[in-house]
Amino acid sequence: MLPVAYYIGLSAILFTIGALGVLIRRNSIVIFMSVELMLNSANLAFIAFARAYGVMGGQIFVFFIMTVAAAEVAVGLALIVTIFRSKQSIDVDQMNSLKG
Amino acid sequence: MTIDLILFLILGLTAIATALGMLFSRNAVYAALFLILNFCTVALFYLLLDAPFIALTQVTVYAGAIMVLFLFVIMLLGAEQTASVPSTWWVQRTPLFLGAVLLVEIIAIIYNQRDRLPVVAPPSAAFGTPTSVGEILFNQYLLPFEVTSILLLVAMIGAIVLSKPKA
Repeated sequence: MLPVAYYIGLSAILFTIGALGVLIRRNSIVIFMSVELMLNSANLAFIAFARAYGVMGGQIFVFFIMTVAAAEVAVGLALIVTIFRSKQSIDVDQMNSLKG
Repeated sequence: MTIDLILFLILGLTAIATALGMLFSRNAVYAALFLILNFCTVALFYLLLDAPFIALTQVTVYAGAIMVLFLFVIMLLGAEQTASVPSTWWVQRTPLFLGAVLLVEIIAIIYNQRDRLPVVAPPSAAFGTPTSVGEILFNQYLLPFEVTSILLLVAMIGAIVLSKPKA
C-alpha cells in the first residue's frame, strides 16, 4: 500500500470540492449531493487509517456513517419535496421565510 | 513507478474529475450521475485498501439506494435546472477563496504531521473480510448497531410525516 498521506491528500481534495459545492451551487439538491461527497471523503480517510493501523474499528465506523447518511438523505429529500410544494422552487435563495 | 501508484493516480484523477463534474454540471441529473461514478471510484479505493465488505456496501447503499433516491426526487420535482441568478462578484469569488483557504489549511496540517502518520504494516490475513467485520460488529459494537435501527426507524417516520400532504 502507498503511504497513508496520499489517501489523506485525496480525501482533503474531495472534501474541498464538496465544500465548494455547498457554497457555490444554488440548487438545494446539488448542495445535498455535495454534503454526501464530503461524508464520502471522510469515509476514505477512515478506511485509509484503518488499513494503515491494521485495526477494524475504522471500517465499522464507516458502516455507521453510511447508515447516518442514508437516514439524513431520506429526511432531507422529504424536506426538499415539502419546500417545493409551498415555494414551487428548490433554489436556496428563495427559501428566505421561516413560515409557510 | 509501481502498479499501486499507477492505479492510485488513475483512480484519484477519475475521482477528482467526477467530483468537479458534479460541481460544475448545470443539470442536476448529470450531477447525480457524476456523483455515482465518483462513489464507484471510491469503492475501488476501498478494495485497494483491503475493505471489500465496505466497498460493496458503498456500491449498493450509496451508488444504489441513496443516489436512486436523489434521481427519483429530481425527476419527481422536475427541477433539473435552476434559473441562474446574476449575483454580485463577491458572491462568486468568496467561495473560491474560502475553498482555497480550506485546502491549503488541510495540506499544511498533513505536511506538519507527516512524521506522526502511521507506517503501513502488512495486515493480518483476516483483515477486512466480511467475517471479521461481522464478528466485531456483533460483539464489540452490538449496542451502537441496535441504536442504528432506531435511527433508521425515526428517519423513516420523519420522512413519511414530512412528505404527507396536509389534510
